Order: sequence, then structure tokens, then C-alpha cells
Amino acid sequence: MMASSYNAKEEDGHPSGASGHGGPGVVKSKKPDNTAFKQQRLPAWQPILTAGTVLPAFFVIGLIFIPIGIGLYVTSNNIKEFEIDYTGVNMDSPCYTCAKNFSWNNTTPCTCSVDFTLKQPFESNVFMYYGLSNFYQNHRRYVKSRDDSQLNGGRSLTDPSKECEPYRKNDELPIAPCGAIANSLFNDTLELFHIDSNGSRNAIPLVKKGIAWWTDKHVKFRNPGGNSNLTQAFLGTTKPVNWRKPVYELDPSDPENNGFINEDFIVWMRTAALPTFRKLYRIIQKKSSTTPTLPSGKYTLDIIYNYPVLSFDGRKRMILSTISWMGGKNPFLGIAYITVGSICFFLGVVLLIIHHKYDTRNNSADIPN
Amino acid sequence: RSCPANEAFIPPKFCDNRIVSSKYTVWNFLPKNLFEQFRRIANFYFLIIFLVQVIVDTPTSPVTSGLPLFFVITVTAIKQGYEDWLRHKADNEVNKYPVTVLEDGRRIRKESEKIKVGDVVEVEENETFPCDLILLQSSRDDDTCFVTTASLDGESNHKTHYTVPDTEKDLESLNATIECEQPQPDLYKFVGRMHIYKNNQEPAVRSLGPENLLLKGATLKNTQKICGVAVYTGMETKMALNYQGKSQKRSAVEKSINAFLLVYLCILVSKALVCTTLKYVWQSKPGQDEPWYNEKTQREKDTNLYLKMFTDFLSFMVLFNFIIPVSMYVTVEMQKFLGSFFITWDKDFFDPEIQEGALVNTSDLNEELGQVEYVFTDKTGTLTQNNMEFIECCIDGFQYKYRDASSELDGFCVTDGPVYLDKWEELFLRALCLCHTVQVKEPTEGFIASSPDEVALVKGAMRYGFTFLGLESKTMKILNRNNDVEMYELLHVLNFDPVRRRMSVIVRAISGDTLLFCKGADSSIFPRVRQEEVERIRMHVERNATEGYRTLCVAYKYLSAEEYAQADAGLREARLALQDREQKLMAVYNQVETGMSLIGATAVEDRLQEEAAETMEALQGAGMKVWVLTGDKMETAKSTCYACRLFQRNTELLELTVRTLEDGGRRREERLHELLLEYHKKAVQDAPPVKAGVTRSWSLTNQDYGFIIDGATLSMVLNSSTESNSSRYKNLFLQICQNCTAVLCCRMAPLQKAQIVKMVKNSKGCPITLSIGDGANDVSMILEAHVGIGIKGKEGRQAVRNSDYAIPKLKHLKKLLLAHGHLYYVRIAHLVQYFFYKNLCFILPQFLYQFFCGYSQQPLYDAAYLTMYNICFTSMPILAYSLLEQHICMEVLLDNATLYREIAKNAMLRWGPFLYWTLLGVFHGLLFFFGVRYLFSNPALQDNGQVFGNWSYGTIVFTVLVFTVTLKLALDTRHWTWINHFVIWGSLAFYVFFSFFWGGIIWPFLRQQRLYFVFANMLSSVSAWLVIILLILLSLLPEILLVVFRKPRGPHSRQIAAVTPLSYKHLKERQ
Repeated sequence: MMASSYNAKEEDGHPSGASGHGGPGVVKSKKPDNTAFKQQRLPAWQPILTAGTVLPAFFVIGLIFIPIGIGLYVTSNNIKEFEIDYTGVNMDSPCYTCAKNFSWNNTTPCTCSVDFTLKQPFESNVFMYYGLSNFYQNHRRYVKSRDDSQLNGGRSLTDPSKECEPYRKNDELPIAPCGAIANSLFNDTLELFHIDSNGSRNAIPLVKKGIAWWTDKHVKFRNPGGNSNLTQAFLGTTKPVNWRKPVYELDPSDPENNGFINEDFIVWMRTAALPTFRKLYRIIQKKSSTTPTLPSGKYTLDIIYNYPVLSFDGRKRMILSTISWMGGKNPFLGIAYITVGSICFFLGVVLLIIHHKYDTRNNSADIPN
Repeated sequence: RSCPANEAFIPPKFCDNRIVSSKYTVWNFLPKNLFEQFRRIANFYFLIIFLVQVIVDTPTSPVTSGLPLFFVITVTAIKQGYEDWLRHKADNEVNKYPVTVLEDGRRIRKESEKIKVGDVVEVEENETFPCDLILLQSSRDDDTCFVTTASLDGESNHKTHYTVPDTEKDLESLNATIECEQPQPDLYKFVGRMHIYKNNQEPAVRSLGPENLLLKGATLKNTQKICGVAVYTGMETKMALNYQGKSQKRSAVEKSINAFLLVYLCILVSKALVCTTLKYVWQSKPGQDEPWYNEKTQREKDTNLYLKMFTDFLSFMVLFNFIIPVSMYVTVEMQKFLGSFFITWDKDFFDPEIQEGALVNTSDLNEELGQVEYVFTDKTGTLTQNNMEFIECCIDGFQYKYRDASSELDGFCVTDGPVYLDKWEELFLRALCLCHTVQVKEPTEGFIASSPDEVALVKGAMRYGFTFLGLESKTMKILNRNNDVEMYELLHVLNFDPVRRRMSVIVRAISGDTLLFCKGADSSIFPRVRQEEVERIRMHVERNATEGYRTLCVAYKYLSAEEYAQADAGLREARLALQDREQKLMAVYNQVETGMSLIGATAVEDRLQEEAAETMEALQGAGMKVWVLTGDKMETAKSTCYACRLFQRNTELLELTVRTLEDGGRRREERLHELLLEYHKKAVQDAPPVKAGVTRSWSLTNQDYGFIIDGATLSMVLNSSTESNSSRYKNLFLQICQNCTAVLCCRMAPLQKAQIVKMVKNSKGCPITLSIGDGANDVSMILEAHVGIGIKGKEGRQAVRNSDYAIPKLKHLKKLLLAHGHLYYVRIAHLVQYFFYKNLCFILPQFLYQFFCGYSQQPLYDAAYLTMYNICFTSMPILAYSLLEQHICMEVLLDNATLYREIAKNAMLRWGPFLYWTLLGVFHGLLFFFGVRYLFSNPALQDNGQVFGNWSYGTIVFTVLVFTVTLKLALDTRHWTWINHFVIWGSLAFYVFFSFFWGGIIWPFLRQQRLYFVFANMLSSVSAWLVIILLILLSLLPEILLVVFRKPRGPHSRQIAAVTPLSYKHLKERQ
């Protein structure tokens, strides 16, 4: 490494005897220290993976994984999920007209209602999601188009980050909240009605709190100048171009859910990982232990259709789902666990046979290696 | 070239006496150093990536690649700057050294750097010569001075240099010019002529030879002061010419790294190309490129399409550039540098005799020690101790053996010789006392000579009653048996040289007789003496030689006055010659040294080094081919080979020497041709084809061949008369040698040694060569071989200084190669493969993610993870592994030399293992990405129904990744010291801690709080835990499986490409 071939010491006529160069050669004419480290004799654990030690591991993995997998699979199967597409692509779908006649300049909202039937009752708390397809929330231009310091009530409220372009300013006024993510906030309104046996519509109460991460709602997102008098706080800014109302009117009824800390807004701001995704919209709380949250029967979904997706060949869905300890319905984990567990178990058996055979043969023939 | 002495006229073309060994000055350090560093292909690549990140709008910030690059560049610059500062200091010390210069008769103190060619410089005792000087005047009476050139060539003996004959004592009135050759680096060659102008006289011409030249760097000894005229100054001195640039050796591993790098570069470019193409295909569908929710900025819309394509391509390159890790170079350098300490620290290399351990001059070649296929060893001083002892002599056919018996006062015992031979005896002993270049060391009783043989002979003669008292002004004094002092005038010394292989002196006894004594190798003496004398002695010589003694024959001749006059004239004339001086001298020497009468022969024992035989056996067992290259004669060398067990009793020797060539009585060339073909048939064609990975037992069943060739024959083989024959012979020769277990090349000149090394080095398959030697004559082969090892022996330090590693004894070679070399190779090979692997499975998910994010270059991982992955999370475990791993413990490695064959031919870095690691990386990458992908088909992963976003996705993949690659290493680790435990579990703990910390705070300097509580939320999800555990286990499953599957397949499986360290444990089990 330091093979400087031109040694200073020897040039001026004092042959230094041991002509050690810099670097590794500093230890000279001295007996090296007899320490375990320097002699590479540190006490060491030397594990040896043999068939003998590995085989039980295979069986153990198999024996643990299979029950977990079965548990996961059963749990996932027990989760009730109902999904309905209300995009309105087909002529016969109720939202066809709304989807067809969509224009940004419409002042009167277009509404449509979709009827559906739940064959099974939903027992526990039901979570209502909206799902979008072919919507690239993970596109780089989109992901970075936000200003977290603005959303945190910071000073950049009136001077949003350059990343927000082209949704940074409108008519020379800074946009709050700026950026493409905020601008494209999902603004369909979904309402759910249960149709009685006698045909009357009963509105199902939808809770709009507790749908966002707690830390997001309480720390990451903050309104400028506290939650009181948001109109004043957002003075000098303008609403995102595609919004119908400014940010301080997202939920005028509840000051704890208005402005940047509106939970619908926060949920939207957490960009999805894949182009097909769902986001939590509302929670339907269980009222009593005797009646199911959503009994089986006929339902109507009323939609205020504000969100265009057909232009990029997207789809909109409404999903009703119960939740278990493992989250939403997803058979993947259960299947994967069962598969891996079975493979391990199977391999264990195969290996045991091979190992056994080989060992006996080896012992009898005594092959010298 | 002429330089004036004592003349005002100084031609401007000579450079000044400043030595510049430093590379940089304060001003050009930064640009020049940066330029040098960026010439390295890897650095340049990272610079380009960094610049792209700065210029183009890329997915990752320039910091992610700029920071590591900056770190690497700074560290290297500091190291090089420090080294250069040391050189500056050294230069200054030399350049500002005060010297005394005579100018116009006055003595002026000057700084050394101001000396000009032609200046007369005065040097005092123990001072170093500031430049190359021609000796004009010495304070000694005999016009000589003594110097030691220990710092130049390592020879610590005092050398005698002579003033230019007949220069006047009064330097002031000297008017002369000197003609000499252009500066050349050979320390021992100098040809020049001095014209001395005297008033109104023909200019006298004096020849100048190396004996008149005092070299810069040498030190004046035993002489009060001298005056000399500067002929070469500054960078033209022989010392400066010699020390310019020792070419840097690169290890085979580095070549492998570069090859792998190229593959990864191709992968990188193709990934970027695929993504760019797909991006534009994808965008061509309506509504995809710019949906209403995600409009482009004005600038993006304005950019030219092709420019945009290009910048997209660059962006993808940047996104995937982590696949080629900047940190690998740092880690490899660190591993090599730190690893070399273990060699210097090894107490087994410590030799109590010289109080020194091993020395590492370059740490770049540690792993090369594990790859050696050919070992070229010197004999004298390496295999043997170079500790000469006079054993016996043979005078006129009768053997005299020295017995260490105190009963006989003179210690001289006649075993079978009649007493009347006294006259011969005395002549013989006088010859031993006179025919040498030994000096008497003044302070203590002892002798110094360049060759230890001579000392042994003089000491031997002393024991028989003839003591050499010293040389004073050309008079040699000898104390004879009767305690009388005999005086001989030394007229000429016909120096020893390896071509003639003899030396002679011409002396004039008090009686006026002129005598020529000659001693030399039997082959060079026998043809020059009367043949009838030869037979009686030849028998003894040959017997002695087979016993492993070094034999020399001694001859003499009376010179008549005419003969002497003729010889004297011839010698003087030849010494004056400016051109072809060597050839002319040689001709005169040959002419003088004829018609001598043989007196006797001597036998000097050179003992084998400790454990030489065991070491050689171990090396052969390890599959290395040992070649002995020696200047010694064949019989001696052969017996040494037998003693070292290089040749076994059942080894069939194939001889190709002058003797066998002359056997048939035909022309040498024909015989050579015939023999080559015959041996080739024997050794190559009849032998079954050699497969890779021959085991020891396999080779035992076959006939072993040993091959012997001597220098003269070798030069015939290499420089055959016709061009076509030459290359054919060379090929035949190589093929024969490669099929022999041991090859002995005797009578080699130093350059021939290097030639052989070079030939083998460049032969098919580019085998790794190692040269080991202790003397100046081995330097050329030490420098030529891939790895040069110097032995801190008796023949000076030159070999040590030019070597890559220096060890005190030959026996240390075994541990150096079998234990250290093996371990370093395994370590670095694993390090390299692991680095490529871990970066492949790091970047592959990122690549796959592009298919799901509209090819928008969205990074999967957060910038902090991207930067820290190679620097913090995964770097320490592999570094610790690559320093501490002992997959097989040292004792086992030393006991089982065959284990060395397991890693021969770069076994762990060939394409096979590389493919295995690459596939493993791909498998892991695919698993990580798609495992999480299917989990995210429903992103509601928390038990409160809340959903995860893209950063959670990346964090889960990253967590699996960090744990898997670390645990993979843990699986490969066979030697768990507390450091390994600390580092492996520490890195994982650090990762978890860092993730909490990074996500736990709103960082004011970050534009986006992407990871805020992402990690904590991930841990609150049971599904995330389950998928992490599943994927880690699934990734490591094949590894564990391999262990089990490999075992039943037995030893053959180890030859199959996929060599992982795990396979080694079988070896261990079997022992």
C-alpha cells in the first residue's frame, strides 16, 4: 500500500538497518505482542452446519409455519369484504351519466346511487374504503409534489416549495396546500343507506375520525396559527385549482378536523405504494353486541360524483370490510406460510431419508476421502 | 558527454543536484491529485454519477453519491498528501545538506542542491556522497578509499575505490576534461575517460571505471576525506535513476473485481435502457403520460423529446448506480491495509536471531499469497543458510579433512596423503590466502567479503596455519606456518564474474616470481588446466558436490616476464577502452587464464535452512511447483534439491545440461532438439491429462519427473538460432517443466532468473508466480514475479527492500502461504462476491418498482437508507468477516497442505461462483420485492384498518434486505469471535435504532418528512412482522439446503463451481 520506493532515512547516509517503510512495517526489531487478537487466536465459536443440526431446524420451521399459516388463512377467510365499482363505464351503470358529463366547471354536483345487497351480515366494526385503479400516486413527479413544512404549519405557507410546481401558485397567489397530491384530493362523497324490509332508507352513521395515522394527525400535519380562525390563518393563499372549496372549509363543522388536519386530506396525502390502491374513508362503528353492524340485506350507496377517472382509464370502487388482527383480507400471507412450512417439512423428510441412506452406505463402504 | 574538471565553463545542459522525488507541490497538489485519483476508473464513474445528479433532475439527491465519493477522495488525498510531505521532507534534507566545494582553491560551504557537474567536492569520513563523483584524491596513502553501499544495494561490506591514476596531488593546477557515458541506472557499470591537460604536453588519457566512481548515497568509510569531481548530479545520479518507479503489482483478485464490475456496469446500463424504453412505450398510451392529477411543469413540457429521453436514461442510471458500490473500494483497501498487520504481528514469523518479524512492503497482494502456483526459489541463502564452513580440501588428489580436534595443534590432519606433498600443500594454502578480495576488518579480528565463500576459504586457510594479514598499498601480507610474514605484491585482480565463474590474481612474490592464482568452478577451471591433472581431482569434486558442498578448484601458473608484460599491457589497454570494455577485458582474461596447473579443490558446506525440506514438501503438497533457480553448479544444486526433498528417490530426472548435450558427440543444437522431443514425449504426452484439482494421492500413483537445465542450455533454448525453433523450443520446454514436480535451473545469471519467471508468468493460463530470494542477484526475479518475497538473510537488504513481503527465514514461507495466503484469499474473495451480491439484491427491488410506478424513477427506499445501506448498515459485518474469518483454523491449514489446492486458480472468483452469487442476489431481490408486493395487494395492514403507503412498502423491503444480507453473512461465518458477534448484531440493532430515530423526529432540514413514524407503524402491524420473518427465512433456506445437499455428494462437489465457504466445513470434518 505504501510502497514508497524512495526512502528518506537511507538517503542521508544513516542506513537505518531495518529499512521499514511507513505503514505496516512499523513493528520492527520488536517481538510482536502475543495477544490473542494479534495472533488471530481470539476465542471463537465455530458453528458447523451439518445435516444433523439443520434437519431439526427444518422440522421446527415446518411445524411452526404450518399452524401460523392455517391461522392466517382462516382469519383472512373470516374477514368479510364487499367491493363495488361505481365508476360508470357501462351504459347500464347508475353513474354513467355523471361520468360521461363530467366537467371541471360544473357548479351543480352530479349525484348517483348504486344499489347492492349484502348476503352476509358484517358483525364487527366495518371499515369503508374507496379504491382507485390505474392511479399512479407513486409517480415520482407526483410523490415529490408536496411541501411538508407548509403542511406542518410552517412559514412556507405563503411561499411553497419549488417541488410543488406546477401547483405552486395560482394567479400569483400561493396555493395552500400546494402540490399535485393535494390538488388531486379525492372528493367524491359517499353515503350509505340500509333499505329496510319495508323499503325505507336508513342512513348509516359514518365516523370520519380515526382514519389517519395518529402521528400524522397530531404532529406531522398542523394548521398555521392553531386551529382557531382558519380563514384568517389562510389569508393570502388560494385554494388548489381543482378544489371546489378552500382548505379551511373541508369540514367547517369540526375545528379539530378542518384545514390541514382534516383526516380525509391526511389519508390522501399518504401516497399509495401501487397504482391500484384503497384508502380508508369512513368507519361504521358497532352499536350493540346483539345486532350486526351491517345486517344482510339491501343497501344503497349515494355518491356525489366529483372525481373524474375515465380520462386516464381509472376505476373507482367502494369497499366495505371488517378487520382482524392481521389487517384487511389478504389470503397471501396464509398461503405463503402454509407453503413454506410444507416445503420445509417435506424437505426435512427427504433430507432425512437421503441423509440416513448416505450415512449407512458411507459407514459400510468406508469411502476414504 | 563531457564534463570539465576545474574549469569555469559549465554547459547548461546538465541538471542541478536537486533530488525531486515528491510528486506534488503546494500549488499543484489539488488539481494534480484529483486528476490522478479520477484516472481510476471507479472514481471517475462516481464523479460522473455525481455530476449527473447535480445537473439533471434526478430521483435521488446529489448528496447520496457525493458524500461517499467526497469521503473516499478526501481520505486518499490526505494519505497521498502525507506521503508526499514525507518525501518533501526527505528531499529537503538531502538537498539542503551542506557540502564543501573547492572553487578556485578555496573551500566553500554550499547546499547540496547547488552542486553542478564539474564541481570538485570534498567529502569527509562517514559522510554520504552528494552526487556521483569521480575520485580524484584520497587522504589515504594508497590512493584508495573505502565506501559502503549499504543504502544502495544492501551490501554492507567496504568496497575499495581507486583514485584516477596519475592525477596530481595539487588539484588546483589540475586541468582535465572527463568524457563519460550517458547516465544509466546500472550501479556497477561506468565507462569514462579523463583527459588531463598539462602545460605544453600531449593530454594524458586515463580510463575511468566503476572503481573510480563514488555513487551518491554511498558512505565514505575508513578514509578521512576525499575529493572528487561531480559527473552525474541530481536526477541523473545512478541512485535516482535506480529508484524511479517500482512498477505497481496488481493482484489477480483486482482483475476479477474489474471483470465483475464490467458485468455489473452492463447490467446497470441494460436496466436503465429497459426502463427508458418501457417508459416511452408506456407514456405513448393516451392519458398515461400526463393525467389531470399530475401535470408536468412548464420546463418539462418545453424540453426536447430526445433530450428528455437522454436525461431519463441518466436518471435511471443514477437511480440504479448503487449497484456498483463506492464503498467496496474503501472496504477492500481497508481490508488489505488492516489485514497486512496480521502478518507483521504474527509472532511465528519472529526470528530471535535477528530480532525481527515479517515485513510487509505492500498490502495489495495479501490474497495473492493464496494463489501461488509456481515458486521460484534461490538456493544460496534461501534454501541454504549461506553460512559457509570449510569442510575439506583435496590437494593433488589427496583428501584432507579438517577435524575440529584440539589435539592437533595446527588442526591439519592428513588422512591419506604422504608427507612429501608439503610443497603442494603450502602452495595450495598460499593460493587460498592470496586469491580473493577479502578485506581484514580493522577493529576486530574478522574478514569482510562480498562472497561468504571467500571468507570461509580464508578462514579455512587460517586454520591450517596460513593467516591473511591484509592488503596494504597493493601488498598482501601472509603469516605462514612458521610465523613468518610473506609479502606479495598484488599486480592485478581479474575479478570474479558469473559468466567466467572464476577469479584470478596476479601477484609477485618477494623472490620476483610472478604467479597467477585462479580459483573457480570446476567447469570453468578444468578446461584451462593440464588434462592429466584433472582426473585425480575430478572424482573428489564430484563426490563433494553430490554431498551438497560447494566446490571450488584452485589452479596456478608461473608467469614469465614476457608473459606478464603481455598480460599487463592487455589488461591496461582493455581497462582504458571506452567501448566494449567488458568484452575486451573478458578476452584478455581468457587469454591469461590458460595453461594453468591444478593444485586442488576445496569443499565448503552450506547448511540447509531450518525446516527447508518440510517447507518444500508442504509447498509441493499444496500443488505448487517449486523451481530452484541458482547460480550454483549442477551437482551442488541437485544435492540440495535432494536434501530438500524436492527430488525424491523415485523421481526420474530429465537433464538438459551442457553435459548431456555433449554426450552424443554431435552438434549441440541437434542434440538439444532430440532431447527436448524425447523429454516432451516422456513427460507430457505419455502422462495422462492433468485435470484441475488433482489430489495428492492421484499424483503419487504416477511417475514424478524432475527437470534440470543449466544456464547455457537455457539460453540455447530461449535464443535459438532460428526464429521458429526458438518459440517451439520455448513451448516444449515450458510444457515439460509444467509436467515436472520440480525444476532445477542451475548456473543462472540474475537476468536469466527473471527471464524464466517472466516466461512462466506469461505462459498459458497466466499462473501466479512467487519468487523468494535473499540476495541482490534475486532482485530481478523478485520484481518480476507476481509476489516477491525477500529473506532477511546475510547478503544485504536489497532483496528485502525490493520485495513485497520479507520474512526472516524460509520456513516462514509455509505459514505465509498456507495459512495467511489461504485465509486472505478466502476472505477477500468472499468480500468481493458478497459486496456485489448485497448491492444486486439492494437495487433489484428498486428496478422492479419502476414497473409499478410508471417508470418514473421513483426510488423505493428513502434517501437516508440509500446512502446508509453501504456505509453503515452492512459494511461493518463484512469488514470484520474479511479480517477475522478462519473457515478452517490455522493449524489444520498448516497440517494439510492439500487444502491449498481448493482455492487454486482463483477458485472462488471464477465465473461459476460469481454466477452463483449473482443468481442468489437476483433470487433475493425478486423475493423481497414480490413478497411485499403481494402483501400490499391489500394495503390495510393495521388492525385499525388504516393503510400503508409507498414509504412503508420501501421500509419493509429494506428491513428484510438488511436482515437477510447480514444473516446471510452470519451463516457464512465459520469463526465467531466476539468482534463478529458485536458487529453483526450491532449493525442490526443500529439499523433498528436508526430507523426509529430517523422516523421519530420532524427533521427541519428535510424537505419531506417521508419516513415520519413509518418504521414504528410498520412494527405495529402483525402482518408486516410476519412477512419480514417469512421472507428472511425463505431467502436463507437455499443456503441452508446447500449445506445439506452438498454433503452427500462428497468431495467432488467442491470442484463444482458454486464454492461457498460453507463447503469447507466438510474438509474440516474429515480431518
